[in-house]
Amino acid sequence: MSLASLLPTVYCLLPTAHMKAKIYVTLKPSVLDPQGKAIHHAVETIGYRGIADVRQGKYFEVTLDEALSAAEARTAVERMAHDVLANPVIEDYRVELDSESAS
Amino acid sequence: MKFGVVVFPGSNCDHDTYHVISKVIGQPVDFIWHRQSTLNDCDAVILPGGFSYGDYLRTGAIARFSPVMGAVKEFAGRGGLVMGICNGFQILCEAGLLPGALLRNANLKFICEHINMRVETTDTPFTNRCQRGQVLSVPIAHGDGNYYCDAATLAELQRENRIIFRYADAHSNVTKESNPNGSLENIAGICNRERNVLGLMPHPERASEMLLSSQDGRIVFFSLADTLAELAKAS
Repeated sequence: MSLASLLPTVYCLLPTAHMKAKIYVTLKPSVLDPQGKAIHHAVETIGYRGIADVRQGKYFEVTLDEALSAAEARTAVERMAHDVLANPVIEDYRVELDSESAS
Repeated sequence: MKFGVVVFPGSNCDHDTYHVISKVIGQPVDFIWHRQSTLNDCDAVILPGGFSYGDYLRTGAIARFSPVMGAVKEFAGRGGLVMGICNGFQILCEAGLLPGALLRNANLKFICEHINMRVETTDTPFTNRCQRGQVLSVPIAHGDGNYYCDAATLAELQRENRIIFRYADAHSNVTKESNPNGSLENIAGICNRERNVLGLMPHPERASEMLLSSQDGRIVFFSLADTLAELAKAS
């Protein structure tokens, strides 16, 4: 077998790139966060000092199909964050996109 | 006239609501499965209480995308009467049919108890049989009933007389102590600008028969039935 005929097999074994989106959803500053307050109180009771405030949010990881371009991926994830993952009445969101090899 | 009670996966007050409409109010009523894209020719639609989709992501956040909600939006858009009770109220807010949002109760507890709600206005299809200032003893059962909206929305609700029910004491006073969940301005229920969509956190269907210690809630259903009867006469 020649080296050339081995190349297609080798190419299939290379890791493919899946984009991962990280979405952070947090309560707007004007919205009361009693859960954050409860956590703040709890950590102070445990003994942590110097904690001025705690607010709780949500974190989502979305793995995207490799067929999408970076621009398409960002558009899709931004829309998903706005329409579903966050409630714009009470929450803000931030999207981070990175390409990384699938393990 | 015919009422419809929408059933989402996780709704659990659908049967109580159906029972009150059928047996206490004495009107025809259908269940509407959330996957239907039509409303079975109902004249009034109720989104009942419960834990649709397990309250995953946020209460009502996933139910608002159910196929039936397209029909509910269209129905509401042409003046159809829609009432959301508890989880139903949450779904209406998530769907944008009502403004604001329902947050976690301020004291972080799930509260299951009778409260008093004061009727703020009788100028709705849901309260036209009531007296202004009338106190209704109705139970709540929720962990996320803390009504919130921004200052501009609150001003609009007040200006347009769209706060329909407020938590109060037995003597009709709106007080901090009578507010079970921290809701802004003790708001227990609101309506949309056109006054055909109501959302409320308390459960009138659980206070429609003396067997459950209060029948104050039935007046909301009777008001609805009266409105539908008037509309049928007029057409």
